[in-house]
Amino acid sequence: MKVALFIPCYIDQFYPGVGRATLQLLENFKCDVVYPVGQTCCGQPIANSGLEKEAQPIYHHFVKTFLPYDYIVAPSASCVYHVRHHYDILEQTEAVRHIRNKTIDIVTFLLEVLNIKSLDARFPHKVGIHQSCHGLRGLRMARPSELMAAPYSQWLTILTMVRDIEIVNLNRPDECCGFGGTFSINEEAVSVKMGQDRILDHQINGAEFITSGDMSCLMHLQGILRKDQSAIRVKHIVEILAGNGNNEY
Amino acid sequence: MAEIVNHAKLAGNFIADQNRTNWHNEAVAFLRTRRDQGVSTVKEWEQLRDLASQIKDNVLSNLDAYLLQFEENALKNGVHVHWAPDAEAHNQIVKEILQRHQVKMLVKSKSMLTEECHLNEALEDIGIEVVDSDLGERIIQFRKEGPSHIVAPAIHIRKEEVGELFHEKLHTKKGASDPKYLTEAARIHLREKFLQAGAALTGVNFAVAETGGVVVCTNEGNADMGVHLVPLQIHCMGIEKIIPRQQDLGVFTRLLARSATGQPITIYTSHHQQPKPGGEMHIIIVDNGRSTHLGKADFRNALKCIRCGACINTCPVYRRSGGYSYGHTVGGPIGSILTPGFDLKKYRELPFASSLCGACTDVCPVKIDIHEQLYKWRQVVSEENLLNPRKKSGLKIVAGMLASSKKYAIVTRWLRVGLSFFPFLSNSPKLNPWTKGRRMPEMPSQSFKSWYQKNKPGKSTLP
Repeated sequence: MKVALFIPCYIDQFYPGVGRATLQLLENFKCDVVYPVGQTCCGQPIANSGLEKEAQPIYHHFVKTFLPYDYIVAPSASCVYHVRHHYDILEQTEAVRHIRNKTIDIVTFLLEVLNIKSLDARFPHKVGIHQSCHGLRGLRMARPSELMAAPYSQWLTILTMVRDIEIVNLNRPDECCGFGGTFSINEEAVSVKMGQDRILDHQINGAEFITSGDMSCLMHLQGILRKDQSAIRVKHIVEILAGNGNNEY
Repeated sequence: MAEIVNHAKLAGNFIADQNRTNWHNEAVAFLRTRRDQGVSTVKEWEQLRDLASQIKDNVLSNLDAYLLQFEENALKNGVHVHWAPDAEAHNQIVKEILQRHQVKMLVKSKSMLTEECHLNEALEDIGIEVVDSDLGERIIQFRKEGPSHIVAPAIHIRKEEVGELFHEKLHTKKGASDPKYLTEAARIHLREKFLQAGAALTGVNFAVAETGGVVVCTNEGNADMGVHLVPLQIHCMGIEKIIPRQQDLGVFTRLLARSATGQPITIYTSHHQQPKPGGEMHIIIVDNGRSTHLGKADFRNALKCIRCGACINTCPVYRRSGGYSYGHTVGGPIGSILTPGFDLKKYRELPFASSLCGACTDVCPVKIDIHEQLYKWRQVVSEENLLNPRKKSGLKIVAGMLASSKKYAIVTRWLRVGLSFFPFLSNSPKLNPWTKGRRMPEMPSQSFKSWYQKNKPGKSTLP
């Protein structure tokens, strides 16, 4: 099984440690993993701004770059969702269908493709899980509270494999943090207010860390935490899972 | 040209009052909590949603036939049926009916359609007094405001403010804010109006094609009080309110109140099918842009909406920006996908007033793909060249850069932080809105890509 690592553009530029942790995690589980260095971006920021047509060359580049691999694994539910869901406007060739089916979030890959039952990581802290909307409602990695179905959460399932971790309950476990890509700029006031409220929920429930499968949400929350000089820190889930929970960024 | 509704600016003004925003957020979210509690008692909730969605699909695909069937049956019942292509025609029909009967005062029960048509103003212009008889509607009518929420029109107003308003209008005790006391005062006031009115007008929740009857769902009984006390009753409905059969009604009444407030059913579910002895009953069927909307394949199923308000209560943006930030009677997520269909230029910003979190879609009892439509409206706004031109050219440049490994490498190498879709280039809040409420992420010494190429040289495949 040939696995390609897809590191979203903003993680590549701002959070290389998250990329290294993803790589390390896959190597820990003996994956034959390669990072195709020609990769750029999934095109989401352009398409969400209304320029889906103009984003198509990016989509084609993505398909071409990742075609040779069995799985395309990324530490970002949001980018995975974009590829799986919004590449529907391309002609659905075999290549496009392969890419849409096999681009997968790292947590889902570990749980459902590698079927891991345990991992070697310890994180002795109180952690709040930020369920990113694209993972939650886009990829259905957990049950959204709107739906009347049995609750489940891939993030919770995998974090319970980590030794000494304490997961805190939140009052609104699936409310959006307000990042929303260009929304965070276009609607600055609402975006920041949503982020502040999300942080407050973690804070009053005693979280030391906020973790998520999407670094973009965490980048937004981290920006607010730092501005407010809060002691709460953000940590991408792969860093906890790879046993790198003490890395700073 | 109509003024553009600037959601971001209006939301910013709302949020400036943090206390009010927090209170509003909690008040609206409480409705969502109640919804979850109410819905959790129905095991077959998801099947009900499927069924409702399918019934509405059928209705939208056969709307012409159902409307004619409805009209035929209503006429048989002795009801006068009127067709209004737009708001003006609707208002004209109401005016003519009222003038023919020399009505001086009309009691209305909550009707978002008549708000959409600005009926009150049209009637007041010809000297007819209009009394909104729903408590929330009466409050905003006293304040000369429109509704800020389709189910709870005065949800943005605190009880202390209602106390001040009623002191002025109804002479209640100064400083009173006890909801029971204030409601009692409104009740007495409204009962006088019910007795004085010459005609009653209601909205319609469901219009049953096979019976020709209309169904009105309220909690206060005001629609019934109005209709029962006068000889002349008028019911106004959008063309999309049709359901095929009486037996379909149960599906929707089970979904409607639970989605709105968590109640198993509204306190009153009133069936109006024929005029009372010696009375007159009119039904006005209104298009006002709906049939044009129906012709848009990507957007037509927004017309499935049963106006429960669940998407609004769920929306984290609405709760923090208030109903008026949407510039239309129907705000929130559903408003943001309906209004661009009515006036794209005016409402072009609304599809962007969302983080696309998708909660609206999952909470919708008739399964409207609301957040997908928001995404699609964004594409339409761009295609119609209604995006800010500077922003659009910037995005095009970034798109070109991201479609090529070489360009990406060059640009990121030279700018490092040069991803202009995150305008992180400045730490000045004036130039970079990100930093008004947030810090910039710190720039690491090297990108992941550079690290990988240095540390895993053997594994670096060619671009």
